[in-house]
Amino acid sequence: MALGGKLVPFAGWELPVQYEGILAEHRWTRDSASLFDVSHMGQVEVSGQDAAGQLETLIPASLQALPKGRTRYAVITNDDGGIVDDLLVTRRADDVFMVLNAARVDADLAWFRSRLPALAFRHRPERALLALQGPLAAAALSELAPAALKLAPFAYGEFDVGGVPCTFSRSGYTGEDGFEIGCDGTAAVTVAEALLARPEVRPAGLGARDSLRLEAGLCLYGNDIDAGTSPVEAGLTWTFGARRKAALGVPGAARIERELAAGPARRRVGLLPEGRGVVRSGAAVHDESGHETGVVTSGSFSPSLGVPIAMGYVATHHAEPGTALQLDLRGRQVPARVAALPFVPPRRHRQQPA
Amino acid sequence: MQNYRYTKDHEWVTVDGDVATVGITEYAQEQLGDIVFVEMPDVGRTVAVGDEVAVVESVKAASEIYAPVAGRITEINPALNDAPETVNEDATGSGWFFRIQMTTPGEFDQLLDEAAYQALTGGS
Repeated sequence: MALGGKLVPFAGWELPVQYEGILAEHRWTRDSASLFDVSHMGQVEVSGQDAAGQLETLIPASLQALPKGRTRYAVITNDDGGIVDDLLVTRRADDVFMVLNAARVDADLAWFRSRLPALAFRHRPERALLALQGPLAAAALSELAPAALKLAPFAYGEFDVGGVPCTFSRSGYTGEDGFEIGCDGTAAVTVAEALLARPEVRPAGLGARDSLRLEAGLCLYGNDIDAGTSPVEAGLTWTFGARRKAALGVPGAARIERELAAGPARRRVGLLPEGRGVVRSGAAVHDESGHETGVVTSGSFSPSLGVPIAMGYVATHHAEPGTALQLDLRGRQVPARVAALPFVPPRRHRQQPA
Repeated sequence: MQNYRYTKDHEWVTVDGDVATVGITEYAQEQLGDIVFVEMPDVGRTVAVGDEVAVVESVKAASEIYAPVAGRITEINPALNDAPETVNEDATGSGWFFRIQMTTPGEFDQLLDEAAYQALTGGS
């Protein structure tokens, strides 16, 4: 808290929500580069015979074909075809490295260990994770870790920052170029201070991280995806790849295949409410004749667009961009239109949106 | 120096004759963070003490504003429509929300005074 931030408790962690203010931090990330402390994320190392191949039995993504030193966004499915968690999977020289949602680590590990007893899953809560995000993220590393600039989007490497060994993945959760940097927790302040000493970089909190990811159309587990939503409804089947899509072989495959063939009953969409009122998670969505057609799962003010934005699920026949709908806001109905995601186009080196 | 009174919901009130001006405190705007929208009551509406009359939207959350005194809404701050950040910049001045023609002007004196409000927020 040396930087004067506000902390809130989450999943057993004290999280920095904001430093200078969400709007300023959000805009600085879009214009320059911000450093987010995301050490609460679950960093897990997986080792064992054919780890990538075995993980494919729980994760519908092409992990065996993933070259060493590459990272992929993926989901873990449950027996009902819902989503256990979403994650980043990296194939490293000697193991597979996963970054999981903080609130899901325990459930994920229990699931993996029950289904894949031959693999070893090592949770590394003592490791810190810093996300450097923004168009000037690479410039900020030009002297501290110049080799990291050569990483392609979704590539992984290991470089020192100020004498501290760090893991780098060119990925993020903002729709901007950026890097997720792992290091030992005891050295995290050294790394963070080295990055924050750069004029391009300022600290940002999880409030800005949330408005940035919503503009980028990215899902927040527990809001936009959960154990009941399928990857088809969520628009995440692009993570499967053609080979896996043709032969899923994961828990819940029957539902996923049925929805792939016939289309899902509902789909995740962007929503643009009229006016300035912010429609938030949990608000009901109605069609023009007043019939309930879905629910808002994320809603915020968009600092980049200057208007409220939202994301949610609606019946498939209402999911076409431009469709006129109504959103509950404090007991009245606010007109809204279905909008294509993302709201703010991602720039280079991004996580592919739905 | 104007006489400010406060509510436990972090609103401030000043009076000029029997017209009360209402806004949110410095403490409240600091807690809310960046304010992006204020939903105002209709001018002419009659309100009782504790009625929900406005909503402040920050990036993070929405917060209700309650009528601190009874009466009729006579004016809303037009500047907040285009510049809601005025509340962050000058919460107790140009960031005022609305004015109420009080039916019972004595209600003002029953609100928290400066010392009581400071005690509530743990401020100095």
